[in-house]
Order: sequence, then structure tokens, then C-alpha cells
Amino acid sequence: MSTQTSSVALRCAGLVKRFADVTAVNGLDLEVFKGECFGLLGPNGAGKTTTVEILEGLTPSDEGTVDILGQRWSKGDDRALRERIGVQLQETQLAEKVTVAETLRLFRSFYQRGHNVDEVIHTVALEEKRNARVGKLSGGQKQRLAVACALVSDPELLFLDEPTTGLDPQARLSLWDIVEKFRAGGGTILLTTHYMEEAARLCDRVAIMDHGKVISLGTPAELIESLGADQIIEFSVTRELAEEALKRLPAVTHLHKRDDEYSLTVSEIGVALPALLGEIERQQSEIVTLTTHQATLEDVFVSLTGRMLRDG
Amino acid sequence: MAEATEIFHAKEGPEKTANPHPLVELTLTRMREFLREKEAVFWVFVFPVLMTFALGIAFRNTAPDKTLVAIEAGDAKASETASILSRSPDITATVLSPDEAQRQLRSGKVAIIVKPVDNTFEYRFDPTRPESRTARLLVDDVLQKGKGRADVVSVGEAKITEPGARYVDFLVPGLIGMNMMGSGLWGLGFTVVIARSRKILKRFAATPMRRSHYLLSFMLSRLVFLVLEVAAVIIFATLAFGFTVRGSWLAVALMTVLGGFTFSGIGLLVAARPTTIEGVSGLMNFIMLPMWLLSGTFFSSERFPQVLQPFIQALPLTALNNVLRALMNEGTSLSSNWVSIAILLIWFVVSFVVALKIFKWQ
Repeated sequence: MSTQTSSVALRCAGLVKRFADVTAVNGLDLEVFKGECFGLLGPNGAGKTTTVEILEGLTPSDEGTVDILGQRWSKGDDRALRERIGVQLQETQLAEKVTVAETLRLFRSFYQRGHNVDEVIHTVALEEKRNARVGKLSGGQKQRLAVACALVSDPELLFLDEPTTGLDPQARLSLWDIVEKFRAGGGTILLTTHYMEEAARLCDRVAIMDHGKVISLGTPAELIESLGADQIIEFSVTRELAEEALKRLPAVTHLHKRDDEYSLTVSEIGVALPALLGEIERQQSEIVTLTTHQATLEDVFVSLTGRMLRDG
Repeated sequence: MAEATEIFHAKEGPEKTANPHPLVELTLTRMREFLREKEAVFWVFVFPVLMTFALGIAFRNTAPDKTLVAIEAGDAKASETASILSRSPDITATVLSPDEAQRQLRSGKVAIIVKPVDNTFEYRFDPTRPESRTARLLVDDVLQKGKGRADVVSVGEAKITEPGARYVDFLVPGLIGMNMMGSGLWGLGFTVVIARSRKILKRFAATPMRRSHYLLSFMLSRLVFLVLEVAAVIIFATLAFGFTVRGSWLAVALMTVLGGFTFSGIGLLVAARPTTIEGVSGLMNFIMLPMWLLSGTFFSSERFPQVLQPFIQALPLTALNNVLRALMNEGTSLSSNWVSIAILLIWFVVSFVVALKIFKWQ
């Protein structure tokens, strides 16, 4: 137990949080190991933000326990614990009239130890904006500054709540870069996202959340493997097909139909695809569109819930 | 790139550099945010000076204005009456048609109408208007003398117009008080509620920042601006109108600090809960409006009915205005103003303590 504890950065068990009309978190267990990047993946409203805010000690939970870096919240030493974590909140809009360097100096002043402001500015590549007011920054730059405010204390554990939501691909890439560097330096990260490609790229392990619960947990590769398939065939046709016949095709493990779009999860594309083409012809229909791709976390989510992640 | 990763590998040595004190940084941030908001600077520094200027000019006590008298035109008596009245240096008399005279009396351009009737006179005036009552006495005196009445005793007079007793002297302390209320409430209330609605308060709550430092930083930055704010009005009033502070400067300084803290405390209380600007604006107007009206900024609060007095006197702005006037105009000591000081202290302590108790960080 004790050896295990030393490698655990964060553990929560049986977390429950109810608001007036919804149960946002409904019996959640998590364990994040030191040095890993752990992803909470789920649609909007899955309870990710509430969970993270409970873990950050900003929202009290109704039930359950949280251990962070061997400590618990509200045991009289919250400030010492806050010294060791870095937080980026989803909705914070930093003061607009203050410059980048001034903002970081302010956040730096709250901590006993940490990095020098210019180092952090360099890390998030905002040197050119050092003396620019926050109000003049682009969305991506603001988000990098928000992450810089979380990094300035040299935290052991970094919480990032949807750090790239709403950013363009370029800005997203540069943020991923920062996260990867922090992780490479031995830091632990808990990240929430509803972008599967973000989770797949950054995270060592991913917990898929829906309705306040973890519905699946593992490395991105394990989760995809759990589909029992590695390829997805998506197609649409001129005439509706008999679904039973499709399910019986060789190497097909799962069929999902959404509007006119069929999605087949297959274990061996070389076997399944010719069989599918033959079946479409047999049912006297014709292909309108057809694509195949490697299975992703999105497909895992769809097969678990029958919904798309971005459906929310 | 190799350089960029540096901070993440330097595990032995995130240095404990000479780190700025959080209270200093928070206060500096407050001040920067304020100074970079041009409208705020205008309302806090420029507006009170303009107001002092405008009101000081409008109500300046020059040599007492001449009393304006209308004489109803009719026969030769009218011009005779005019010539008697114009012997007095304090009267300007004009002969007007009855309609015109009536109109000018109504609109306040003349204080009284004199109508010659046979060998006597009829005065028409509104006795509820102080200047009309004065005009009646003055006109009667001049006319009686003109008709041959002799003084029974001769009196001597010495004319004294003291600085400290003019309207502008009354006005300046009131403007300072009102300005301190406005900037304390708006300055704190708005900033806190904006920070709350932008989730900056929540973000701060996720750091080891001491909450008392956050609230204290408002007090400190207010203190700095207070000095400038009060100095701007006093210096201007001194240069433009010869305003003088008769009491001790130290006492005035202490009271402006106490006043500033009191209104910061009230501002904090107002901002303790609301999450929207609309919410806090309504609350602030609700609190400030009665004080604008009742607390004796532009005229003495003693003019309100007796039943309202206990309420009016308990208002923090009334207390502040009273003590500032006593110090600046009358030159009394702090100890003789202990009631007002106690009222301010109670407001400060109670609002600050309650604000800390109910303050919401998210």
C-alpha cells in the first residue's frame, strides 16, 4: 500500500456532487500516477469540470474522498497544498488592462518558490507579448498565458481544464507542446478535454466520462483495442440496407447507424470490405460515400454510449 | 527548444529569488488597472475639480449683489420713485410696465415691485423668498428716508467677509466627502464584481494567496489615490477661491483616511455577493442615492425635518461631511468631533467584518 501510495499523485474515491437539479458527479473513482498525463475525456456536461474543481479544492464534494500529493483538502493546510499544484480554469478571463509580465509577476508573488517570470514567458513562447496587455492577446496567447500562470509556481501536479477548447489548430499544437514539455520534465498532469485527438496524443491514460461516471479507463491504445477492432468503415448508400445482414458479415464486430450514415467496426478490413461491397450489390443498392479509418477514442465513445462526443 | 524545456528539468533549483510580496503585487495591480481605465481617472480626479470650479463660480460671494427692484410705470411718480431709490448704492431700480414687472417678479429677475399709489407706495413681493424679504426692508428704508424720515441714532458698521464662511468653503469638504464615497464604492464594488464574474476570484482562490491580502490591497490602493484625490480638490480650491483649511492638516489627513476606509468597507460589503455588474450597480445606487440627497454635500443636512435627523446623522457620509467641515471650516479639534468619528468607525468595522464573512470567491 505504502509503495503504491508514493507513486500516486492523486486518488479520489466515491465522489458525488449534486446541484439543485442534477447530479454532476455520481460515484467517481480515479487514480493518477506521478509523472503521467491523465485525461478525462467526455462530452460537455459529463461532469469533467465539476470533478476537476473538487480535486482542486475549489468545490466541496457531497460524498467521497480526495487525496492529492498525500494530502487532503480542508485539513488546515490547504495553502501548503496549493503551493504544489498548478491550476488553469476553463472560464477564467484574466484582467485585460494588465500586461503579460505583470500578470505573471502577480501570480508568482503568491508562491514561496517557483520559476522566474521571464523563464515562464519563454516556455510558453510569449516573449514578443511580454509587455502587451492581456486584452490585446489572441485566444491562443491568452490560453498560453493562463497555462503560464499555472506553471509559474513549478507545480508537481498540473490541472488543465479544456485548455484548447475554441482554439485554432495552430494554437492547439503550441499548447500541446507546452504540456508535453511539462510532462517530459517529470510533472503530473490531469487534463480534461472533449477532443479525442488531444487525449490520444497527450495522455498516457484516459478515463472516459459520461453522466458523472467513468465508463471506461485505460491507455488510448487499450481503449481502442477494447473495441475488438482496429478499423472503421463509414459509408452511405442509395437504398437502405438490411442491418441484420450487415452484422453477419465476416470480421464485423459492431454496426452503428446514424441518419443515413452506416459505421461498421471491423477486425480485418481485408476480409470485411470485399464482403461489404458484395452485400451492398446483393441488396441492389449503390455506394454514395465510403471511407475507412483507424479506430479512435471517438469510436470508443460512440460504441459505449451510442452518441458522438461533440453531441454533448 | 532545448532552452525552452529548461525550466522543467531544473528540479533542484527553482530558486527562492527575492520574490515580490503578494500584497505589494496585488496593490500594484489594483493601481495599474485603475490608472489604465481612463474614464475612472476622469470621474475620480477631474470631475470633482470641475464640480468645485462650477459651483464655486456659481455661488461666489462677490460684493453682495445689488437688489433688483421694479417700479410700475404709471404717472410721473414712477420716475420720482426711481430717482429716490437709485440714491442707495445697494439698489438697481427699473421702471417697467405692470405686466413686465409681474413677469420679472415671477421669474425671480426682480426681488420686489414698487407701485406708487398717490402719495404712498404698495410693495408686491413673495415673503417666502429670503431675497424678497430683504428687498422689502431695504426699499422701505430708502423710500422712508427719501420722504424725510430721520434716523433716531446713528450707527457704525464694520464689514467682514471671512474666508471659511463662504459657500465655496462649505462646498469643498462636502465634495471631498461625496467623492470619497463614490470612488470607494465604485472603485471597490466594480472591480471585485468584475473579477468575480470573470472567474478571476476563483482562479486566485486556487492559489495560496491569502484572502486578506486581496482585500487589503484594495484598502492600500485606495489610500494612495485618496491622497491624490483629496489633494486635487483642496489645491484647486485654494488656488481658485482662496480656500483655507483652518484646522490641523494631520487631523484632516486622518479623517480622509478613515473616510476612505469606511467607504471601502461599504464597497466591499456591497460587492461581497453580486455576480453581475447590473446587480452591483443597482445595489450601489440604492446605497448612495440617499446619501447624495441627505448627507449635506451641497446644503446643510439640518434643513431636513427633525424626524429624519437621527437617520440622516447616522449615515456615514453625513458623519464624514460634518467632521471634515468642522476641521476645515471651523478649525475644531478631533476630540470635539468624537461622535462623527465613532459613527465612521462603526460603519467601517461592521461593514468590513460582515463583508469578510459573507464574501463569495466564486
